Amino acid sequence: MGSRLFPSAWLDSSWRWRSLAVPRDAAAHLAVWGAALVVTGAFTWIVADVVGHGASHLSLEFLTAAPADAGLSGGIAPILVSTVLILCVCMAVAIPLGLGTAVLLAEFSRDANRQGRFVRRSLDVLAGLPSIVFGLFGYAFFCHALGLGFSILSGGLTLACMVLPILIRSVEAALRALPDEIRATGAALGLSKTTLIRSLLLPAASPGIAVGLILGIGRALAETAALLFTSGYVVRMPNSVFDSGRALSVHIYDLAMNVPGGDGMAYASALVLLGLLVMMNALATELVQRWQKRKGLLLV
Amino acid sequence: MTAETDAAPRRDRALAAILRITAAVAGSITIGIVAYLLFGSLPALRAIGPLRFLTDPSWNPVHGAYHIVPMLVGTMVVTVGAVLLAAPLAVASAVFGRFYARGILSRVHRRMLETFAGIPSVVYGLWGLMVLVPAIARVGPPGQSVLAGVLVLALMILPTIALVGDAALGAVPESHLRGAAAAGLSRWAIVRSIALPVARSGIVTGILLGTGRALGETMAVVMVTGNVVQVPGSVLDPVRTLTANIALEMAYATDAHRSALFVSGLVLALLTIGLVATIDRIEGSERSDGTNAHGV
Amino acid sequence: MQHNSKRSVCRTGERTAWVLGVIAVAILAGGACSPASDHDSLVLTGSSTLAPVVVRIAQQYELAHPGVRIDVQSGGSSRGIVDIRSGLADIAMVSRALVGTERTLHAYPIARDGVAIILNVQNPLTALSEAQVVAIYTGEVGNWKELGGRDAKIVVVHKAAGRATREVFLDYFALEDGAVQADVIVGENEQAVKTVAGSPAAIGYVSIGTAAIDIEHGVPIKLLGIGGVAASLENLRRRIYPIARPLNLVTLQPASGLARAFIDFVRTPKIKPLIEAQHFAQVGSVQVGK
Repeated sequence: MGSRLFPSAWLDSSWRWRSLAVPRDAAAHLAVWGAALVVTGAFTWIVADVVGHGASHLSLEFLTAAPADAGLSGGIAPILVSTVLILCVCMAVAIPLGLGTAVLLAEFSRDANRQGRFVRRSLDVLAGLPSIVFGLFGYAFFCHALGLGFSILSGGLTLACMVLPILIRSVEAALRALPDEIRATGAALGLSKTTLIRSLLLPAASPGIAVGLILGIGRALAETAALLFTSGYVVRMPNSVFDSGRALSVHIYDLAMNVPGGDGMAYASALVLLGLLVMMNALATELVQRWQKRKGLLLV
Repeated sequence: MTAETDAAPRRDRALAAILRITAAVAGSITIGIVAYLLFGSLPALRAIGPLRFLTDPSWNPVHGAYHIVPMLVGTMVVTVGAVLLAAPLAVASAVFGRFYARGILSRVHRRMLETFAGIPSVVYGLWGLMVLVPAIARVGPPGQSVLAGVLVLALMILPTIALVGDAALGAVPESHLRGAAAAGLSRWAIVRSIALPVARSGIVTGILLGTGRALGETMAVVMVTGNVVQVPGSVLDPVRTLTANIALEMAYATDAHRSALFVSGLVLALLTIGLVATIDRIEGSERSDGTNAHGV
Repeated sequence: MQHNSKRSVCRTGERTAWVLGVIAVAILAGGACSPASDHDSLVLTGSSTLAPVVVRIAQQYELAHPGVRIDVQSGGSSRGIVDIRSGLADIAMVSRALVGTERTLHAYPIARDGVAIILNVQNPLTALSEAQVVAIYTGEVGNWKELGGRDAKIVVVHKAAGRATREVFLDYFALEDGAVQADVIVGENEQAVKTVAGSPAAIGYVSIGTAAIDIEHGVPIKLLGIGGVAASLENLRRRIYPIARPLNLVTLQPASGLARAFIDFVRTPKIKPLIEAQHFAQVGSVQVGK
């Protein structure tokens, strides 16, 4: 896996120098490193801003206590629990639907061409809708029509709608990128399509699946407007997914834009969110890698 | 492929059926939301008529004016600007991570991008409002402007494009790269002539996802673009996007006004389809069954 | 050897999945097990200005009356009205007086909030006359030097349509909706504060409560008085500060039961410090309709 990431591992050192000899190559080298530096610099600036304003408010109590004084003191424990629950509901719905649709679009598109085209167009539309429209739709459909009210369940389901296009597109792209030889090999071995997909294609596409998951988790944790209208504003520790619960992103928004004097705590909460994100991403990557090792007959 | 499908065991047909159901659910979510938008827009379209959204003198729903065009322009300028800025930087980052950075550096770079992909819109908006806007204000007040919007949005969508592009570049078969290196091509030549073309479809997917995110972003845009309904004269002018408009006014709008806001949501959906179709046409090459490179 | 490590990898993966699954089921089951009938509950929806202070008061109420659950949601004053009409909420938090068809509802004012002009601390001006404010907001005066300040283009910060703060402001200065030439339009009070804090040439107007607390926390803005009356809590209490709005709790029918108990609780002197900490003046009289 390591050598795949850096081709020159199997090339001699003279190749590396040769890549700088031609001016165009040197310019490309500069451009690529420059871009990486600019990107890293910009984001480090933002994260440093968050750390600078928020680190002083972090403590163990912050992670384990309930909010007091509208969030200006105390901690964010119930909010963390609500956030994780919302994420779980979202993923529990989005992953099966997303994987299924992606596999259909990538592998069965000739059998269901018109449906495939329609689904793909709809996903594009879905990906571009404002988050507030999802919030309004979620409020009207999940909270009112389905009668779930302000609840973690409503929030998770609404988020699943938002995350689906990202997940489906990433997984589909990964499946499409797999060379046809794999499918030909599978056919030659007499494998059924189900086995082919489950044991060859999906594990081989697992980096793409991991990317889809991570982008989906990122989007879910970052979403504010949609959750404000569906999972709500309540800071109490939720008893179940039918309770209303404030998500971390909503709490950050409230502290920064609604509660005067709440900036410091908003930044501290943002730091915790970043920490949660890093943990979730690591978990997602781990699980996908484990699954690939377990299921994969052909390690590409 | 067709020969295999003809002889497919029952399990395969069951799988196909299940998959069609999941895809139908996914598709029906869009139908549901678009229907919701249509349902909400009908009162305005019937009472006000679609033409007035283009010809009324200004956007002032309380007084019966529903001119949407400046906000449409605002959305497009900010989105297109953000994508034009973010896409090259993101692809370059992805190339960096896969071909120019060594082991640990490459992994750290990817973890970094994954973390950035999860920064909430509020944080981007806050940073934009408290750091970027005052900086721009020193050049040309008020600071809240197209420029601020483009910069913040570009930062927001960059990780998405970079990560999807990175995955696409990683899927380029190693044999291609090895062969090219054996033929004596330099690193950049390999990237330019082998890796990027092979990964193009995936990279374009990333750009599409990023464009979608930019079109739909609400919170950060409200905080840094100034929200003044006007066609911007320069990048330093404030502007209001369609999403910001919905966010600012929806909670306080009554029937006709509310319905007009739904119309702007509908316009946004159409805009999305249009932009995506354009990118597809620019990028796409026809396949034998009439679908383009993305199988559409 | 490789086969063994593969199997142990499988097992760890399965174990993780099982643990996560059990936790998930436990949380969901725990929810199903706690009987909802044990709780007396109240739902309030509405103004985001009122939400933070109502959350604090609700916490006090829950401490004093165990077994009661008070859920506070946000979404704006108009959302609150819609929700009490549809039955989704028991009480609406409305940060303005009731208008039009809303007058059939029952409003219980619990506080008064003032609206004041804010400037950046770097701005040398300390007072503005009403005529000057009108001139600035209509675009007649475009540069601070015309008013004796620095040579800088004035950045006019205005609120988006529908906000109570904006209505109160326009009302007091007798400004027409379309007459205002704004450079920046904001949604929340805090956004106006942050804009003015970041731009030395900016002027805006916000709820006194928001501005005063931000000033306490060191945000570089200052409050301007109007007509010689300072924008302070004291002047709100004495009802001499001219630009003010009521903060109401609104119900569909005359409040009864838990809703009534809560509204009465909000008006007790014990709650006064909580309300005044937000620089709102507590209001105790009962009014029905208007």
